[in-house]
Amino acid sequence: MSATSHPTRIALPRRCDARRTGDRLFAGAAAGAGALILAVLAGVAIFLLAEAWPAITADASEIPGDGGLLAYLAPLAFGTLLAAALAIVIAVPLAVGVSLFISHYAPRWLAQPLGYVVDLLAAVPSIVYGLWGIAVLGPASVDLLRWLADHLGFLPFFAGPPSVTGRTMLVVGVVLAVMILPIISAVTREVFAQTPRSQIEGALALGATRWEMLRMTVLPFGRSAIVGASMLGLGRALGETMAVAIILSVSGGVTLNLISSGNPSTIAANIALDFPESSGPAVNVLIASGLVLFAITLVVNVAARMVIARAERAGRA
Amino acid sequence: MSATTPRLDIVRPALPAWGPWAPPAAALALAAALAVATDVAAGVLLVAAVVVSAAVVFAWSRAVEGRRRAIDRLVTVLVSSAFALAVIPLVSLLWTVVAKGSERFDWAFFSETGRNVVGEGGGAWHAIVGTLVITGLATVASVPIGILAAVYLHEYGQGRLKRWLTFLVDVMTGIPSIVAGLFAFALFAILFGPGVRMGVMGAVALSVLMIPIVVRSTEEMLKIVPDGLREAAYALGVPKWRTIVSVVLPTALAGIVTGVMVAVARVIGETAPLLITTGTISSLNANPFSGRMEPLPVYAYRQYKHPGVPPEPYLARAWAAALTLIAIVMALNLVARLVYRRFGTEVRG
Repeated sequence: MSATSHPTRIALPRRCDARRTGDRLFAGAAAGAGALILAVLAGVAIFLLAEAWPAITADASEIPGDGGLLAYLAPLAFGTLLAAALAIVIAVPLAVGVSLFISHYAPRWLAQPLGYVVDLLAAVPSIVYGLWGIAVLGPASVDLLRWLADHLGFLPFFAGPPSVTGRTMLVVGVVLAVMILPIISAVTREVFAQTPRSQIEGALALGATRWEMLRMTVLPFGRSAIVGASMLGLGRALGETMAVAIILSVSGGVTLNLISSGNPSTIAANIALDFPESSGPAVNVLIASGLVLFAITLVVNVAARMVIARAERAGRA
Repeated sequence: MSATTPRLDIVRPALPAWGPWAPPAAALALAAALAVATDVAAGVLLVAAVVVSAAVVFAWSRAVEGRRRAIDRLVTVLVSSAFALAVIPLVSLLWTVVAKGSERFDWAFFSETGRNVVGEGGGAWHAIVGTLVITGLATVASVPIGILAAVYLHEYGQGRLKRWLTFLVDVMTGIPSIVAGLFAFALFAILFGPGVRMGVMGAVALSVLMIPIVVRSTEEMLKIVPDGLREAAYALGVPKWRTIVSVVLPTALAGIVTGVMVAVARVIGETAPLLITTGTISSLNANPFSGRMEPLPVYAYRQYKHPGVPPEPYLARAWAAALTLIAIVMALNLVARLVYRRFGTEVRG
């Protein structure tokens, strides 16, 4: 190899150096862009930490409320998890149903347009979801909230008294569910469609009904994709800001009651509501809460991506 | 008919073709009638209609066709109603925004600013300029970085670094938008002191959200450029960087443009990161490097959150802004799809 290539390299004209310079510059620029992305991700963590540090080290008396930073963050973290959990509980079964409908129930020619329709849900800005939630869904839910309080009031979730405006955790959960449904559905649809044809046809050839075929082939095949997609949706629901900030009527405190007008706020909504009017140490406290949110969503997203990557590798094998 | 002859069913008994449709239709009609006649909540009636019709279909099919077919039909009803349930919010939302937004969707809304406006009148021209400047700035920053990073990932990267970068870009798409806003705020607060509000801060926040989307979509497009094209260029003695710039990227151009438009559509409606970085203002400021700006989503939020007395004109402006945003986002998505269908790469591999 070296015996033949060595003389050739000497014989090449000078243009070749320019070519190699061009290559090196371009490769450098591309690698630099990649490194910049890593730097931004690291920068997010570093700058948030730097600005949150005064709040972390501050005396408990300087933190809003009493009891210090942890006591301030705990109800917010609870509200965030409650809203996101509610959204997941509502969205996952629906999203799996939607994906199955598009991939295995709808006529073939209708599948793609229906997919577009579901994707449109993802295109609507969150501020518009917020306005819709408070103007339409909230008022429309009032009767339902009253019904829940009357008939299921023995459950802690529906203890009441029911809100008369509909600005409740339950409505927030429904709106968040609508917002994350297209995200979950996009991933599961993709993986459902990768189910090996031979398995599906084998199940049908053995006389399985459509549901038995789905239960024996598509659902086991897509199980880890459903898990991963749900976690992806969870990450989105945890960080969703404007819809929650607009809809939810906040009183602080920790409660499981989903239908009253006194609800715990969420980290993201609390930042959006308080940040414009804050200054001094209050800003640092809000940034510290943002750091907590960043850490939670980072963990959830990393786990989700790992699960999905494994599902896709299994699909290709 | 002697008792010893076994009965043979050649044709399996089955529901008539209209069988699975009739109970849901009847139940929905009944629910609609009850919703009009009584004051039971419409949502309760809808859920009841779905449950009752599913139960009727199941019981009927079970009696005629047996358990397995009955379960199959039950699941069909449930899966179909899941889809219907998911589409209802979209229809209701679009209907509401068009109905409430068209009231102030007039010329004044697009030509006047909110300066010195109390009560009726005024417009969102300053907010539209703010959105265009900030989103434009974010796009100008994100597109080269995103495309170059995608080129690195697909054409140069290898081994562990590539895997990590791919993974982290995926993780980065999940950063909550408010955290991106806090990042931009923290960055500029350290550089310029606390309390700083500028349009460019919003552009930085949007870039953090936009770059990973551009990287992912561009990388997908580079993947479908056939290797034959690259090899043909190499065989002609074209250096690698020229191959990428004049063969690979032009081939993938339509897909890349589509991805960029979808990314713009994703961030143009972002409210939270801009609310905490660009501030709010009622007059026109087209300079992102000095003073507050108010993009359209923030405008909508402020009109809704802090209305004057009476609140109606403020709410009307908020809905008009929401309609404008939806129209922009839908148009971007639609044009992106058309661009891809018209100019997209034919070769898939």
